[in-house]
Amino acid sequence: MVVAEIKPFEEIKNSIREFKKVLLVGCGTCVTVCLSGGRKQVELLASALKMSRNLEGDEVIIGEKVLPRQCDPKFVDMIKDEAGQYEAVLSMGCGAGVQGIADIITDIPVLPALNTTFIGMADEKGRYLEVCAACGNCILAETGGICPVARCAKGLIHGPCGGSQRGLCEVSKDNPCVWQMIYERLVKLNKVDFLKKMSRQRKIPVRPRRLVREEPKPKKEPTKGA
Amino acid sequence: MGFREALDSGRFVVTAEVGPVKGTETKELLEDAELIKEKVDAINVTDLQSSVMRLGSMAVCHLLVDHGVDPVFQMTCRDRNRLALQSDLLSAWVLGVRNVLALTGDHPTLGDHPDAKPVFDLDSVSLLKVIGRLNEGFDMAGNELKGSPDFLPGAVVNPGADNEAALEMQIIKMEKKIEAGAKFFQTQGIFDLDLFERFMKRVEGFRVPVLGGIILLKSAGMARFMNKNVAGVFVPEPLIKEMEATKDKVRTSVGIAAHLVKGMKDLCRGVHIMAIGWEKRVPMVLEEAGL
Repeated sequence: MVVAEIKPFEEIKNSIREFKKVLLVGCGTCVTVCLSGGRKQVELLASALKMSRNLEGDEVIIGEKVLPRQCDPKFVDMIKDEAGQYEAVLSMGCGAGVQGIADIITDIPVLPALNTTFIGMADEKGRYLEVCAACGNCILAETGGICPVARCAKGLIHGPCGGSQRGLCEVSKDNPCVWQMIYERLVKLNKVDFLKKMSRQRKIPVRPRRLVREEPKPKKEPTKGA
Repeated sequence: MGFREALDSGRFVVTAEVGPVKGTETKELLEDAELIKEKVDAINVTDLQSSVMRLGSMAVCHLLVDHGVDPVFQMTCRDRNRLALQSDLLSAWVLGVRNVLALTGDHPTLGDHPDAKPVFDLDSVSLLKVIGRLNEGFDMAGNELKGSPDFLPGAVVNPGADNEAALEMQIIKMEKKIEAGAKFFQTQGIFDLDLFERFMKRVEGFRVPVLGGIILLKSAGMARFMNKNVAGVFVPEPLIKEMEATKDKVRTSVGIAAHLVKGMKDLCRGVHIMAIGWEKRVPMVLEEAGL
């Protein structure tokens, strides 16, 4: 999933300071799962913002909505009319969600309440870990299902640097050396020879990337008289 | 005799290392080089070592060439993409540089500009391949060069990797570096000759010259610091005690280094001495080791 975290409260508050009516929109997918932009977080942020502005004698009206997916125009269309009553939209979606809304609601500012961090997953300790770099050139078949592009600090694809100590990464001692994890997995799978063979050039994507889904072509109507 | 010829000659080879300063001051570095140049076959010039911004390796290599030294241009993949790496290789060649040591490089977060963008477009293995291609007269994209270099490419290996998996991967990567064209290896600093001997047994079939790394200890504190913070460096406790007890740190340090150099004579093809500021003491080490 896309993992995101809520921006510092003061930053969010400052970003809507000039507005009296703001529509706060959560998202029901990734950011709900990682507990940063779902219904609960929308409720909490809305009341915190209202309370804080009240204390300053500068009341603000905050509308609350949660869309199933902000990155899908058909859901954003559902709030298009309602948004007309507000001066700004504050999105608790990921970067794609904010832009999904801004693409359709173009006459008022659409502001981010989250910092989108990475594509990741939760571990058993309740931490979220980056695991995919969305590089567009998946090598997981050769690396035992563990990605060095995303999980090695240097994104190395020919094996580890010489910097790990006691199995930990030189950059952050909180992280295991991912190449050590890959090696151990490949030993278990009896596929260490993958490491010896692996020889690739890292591909750096040209942004923005685009993916065109090829739809099956509609069958041609038989021409009359043929 | 240049570094390549020394390696080809089959005799025991000695390289040293200098690290440019932060700034334009080169006087001391060149004095050190002058002092040791007759005793060594080549001098490595580090490339923003520890990810600290400094005077560049290429320019200092060029100055060393002017002083009659055969430099080893250390090149990391941290700061340059493939365009800049290839261009700098060509530039280094026209400035008289003949040997390149291909390294991945430390991560910028370890240095004094931790927010710098880490590049790592290539890594040590792919950089070695690129050097080989340039030597053949082509760039990485397959375009023909008008005039091509003839570098001697080398690489590093860390025999002191501190667990079995890490050591196995070092050896696998060493093989890949050889396949990618590495013609010599310089190792991380060694303090345990038994461990180094076991490593050399593992890689003797590779038939590529290995120069064992020697670090000059300056104090017991430095040894403890390296044990804790420098990957692959392990100074055994008796040596730390020796440095602690001594009244003459230089004497003891030189003695330890000379003992290691002597021990390596039968194990590998040469030594690479990293004096880290004590370059002036390199001749003492070599003399005491009988070189």
